[in-house]
Amino acid sequence: MGLPDTFFTAAPNWRWLIIGYFFVGGIAGGSYLLAVLIDLFGDTDDRPLAGTGYRIAFAAVALSGVLLTADLGRPERFWHMLLQSKTAWPMLKPWSPMSLGAWGLLFFGGVTFLSLLAVLAEAGRLPWRRLVRLRPPGALGTLVALVGALLGLFIAGYTGILLSVTNRPIWADTWLLGLAFLISAASISAALLILVAQSHGRSRRAARALGRFDRWVLVLELVVLVALVASLGAVARVWLSVWGGALLGVVLVGIIAPLALLRRDLGAAAPVAAILVLVGGFLLRVVLVLSSEHVGRV
Amino acid sequence: MAEPMGFFTDTTVCIGCKACEVACKEWNQLPARDGGAPMLSGNSYDNTLRLDGTHWRHVKFIEQFTPDRRDGRWLLMSDVCKHCVRAGCLEVCPTGAIIRTEFDTVVIQSDVCNGCRDCIAACPFGVIEMSPVSGTAQKCTLCYDRLRGGLEPACAKACPTDSIQFGTIADLRQKARARMGQLHASGEKRAYLYGADDTMLGGLNAFFLLVDQPEVYGLPRDPKLPSRNLVPSSLFSMLGAVVVALLGVFSFRDRGDRR
Repeated sequence: MGLPDTFFTAAPNWRWLIIGYFFVGGIAGGSYLLAVLIDLFGDTDDRPLAGTGYRIAFAAVALSGVLLTADLGRPERFWHMLLQSKTAWPMLKPWSPMSLGAWGLLFFGGVTFLSLLAVLAEAGRLPWRRLVRLRPPGALGTLVALVGALLGLFIAGYTGILLSVTNRPIWADTWLLGLAFLISAASISAALLILVAQSHGRSRRAARALGRFDRWVLVLELVVLVALVASLGAVARVWLSVWGGALLGVVLVGIIAPLALLRRDLGAAAPVAAILVLVGGFLLRVVLVLSSEHVGRV
Repeated sequence: MAEPMGFFTDTTVCIGCKACEVACKEWNQLPARDGGAPMLSGNSYDNTLRLDGTHWRHVKFIEQFTPDRRDGRWLLMSDVCKHCVRAGCLEVCPTGAIIRTEFDTVVIQSDVCNGCRDCIAACPFGVIEMSPVSGTAQKCTLCYDRLRGGLEPACAKACPTDSIQFGTIADLRQKARARMGQLHASGEKRAYLYGADDTMLGGLNAFFLLVDQPEVYGLPRDPKLPSRNLVPSSLFSMLGAVVVALLGVFSFRDRGDRR
């Protein structure tokens, strides 16, 4: 008695491939946004780091497509999300996050490909030097970058909205999942780029900016996670279990510890902090997806 | 469009014979679970346990007995897709596989569905599941093929007590109200209709007469559409996007070590 209405539903069996996508898709969107920020506000020293950011975004969005297609019951029909299978007209329902997300992923994939071309051209890996114009500075490059950054933010956040636009426990019992995924995408992407910058040993200024950014975002993430638990009300009881312990692990390992380790000038502990942020970001998605998946039907 | 059609399931006359389950499986050629290996659930006489991709009717057995079993009753309910007028599954389906038919029923086209499973999470009743045979989401079609041929659905045809009645929604609602009045007059004051008016998801085209709280039957008290969360979730995310972008600009621009 008194069971919330979301507890009378069936689990969609979205598991490791989807968790993997939520993580990789977050990396894709966040890395692109950060690469654009570095391109727009950095100097020539920082350009290789931004270039790596675009490369990561492209690889991650390609991997996202593979993960999502592999998760389908009928992978060969993945295109049914984009074209109506019987008429070949475009298939789009803007009010369905999965439908909108399929298109978002397609367009974001396209933009990350343009940026990849620019990066490869700049590195002399392509015979067409003029493709460099697809990347800032310059009007065309800036336009591509801004469109891509917006699409990246969409890809980073819509997955949480997708989970909420269902009737499942936890997912449909809060409005903050999209926000949480978006903030987390920013924190894990910054962490990944900090790792890249540290291993390059270059782009020190951009690396410090990334550290600054990540500290802000981690504080924000902590606030959002507390608000998320509060917004669940009685449903949060589901987390009085191993999942609650895991979520506490996310906060301690993925937020508090990196905040303590990330100094103003990054420092020797920065790679450790970055790895902890990445682990925490993955674990966050595991908890948010599987803790609902494990609620069986009454 | 033909008139809206549906089911009225009167749980008070269900005898738990499961003829509906069998008829459904036969007509729709749904395979046995685990190749027909015997499985006893230990949960009353219910070995089907739930609606899923290969069970589109499911008779629930609810035993309500005192500890000494001197007094008690059985609640039996043949569960099925509710064919909601405002259907959560149809709302989210990204391929357009889920459609509303000319009979105002909700059908998954198995040649269009690609098995993304969004509808499974969206259904407020937990009706839809994947079929291991087709690799697509499956549920009751309200025997769309039989309706097209002027026949009634297999489960309603097979039901020996008329617990499952098929007809136009207008007729069924009238019958259901009359039945409820009859039960109230004979002293069964607990009888009420679940989903028989437009208030629940615009009306359930498969609705029920129950004699206990919805939760007892495994039904949500106030089922809702998934889209209720769309706008607020999106607004919070957009706010987050603005904050992240501003933090980014702030962090990368205010480079204290530059000057």
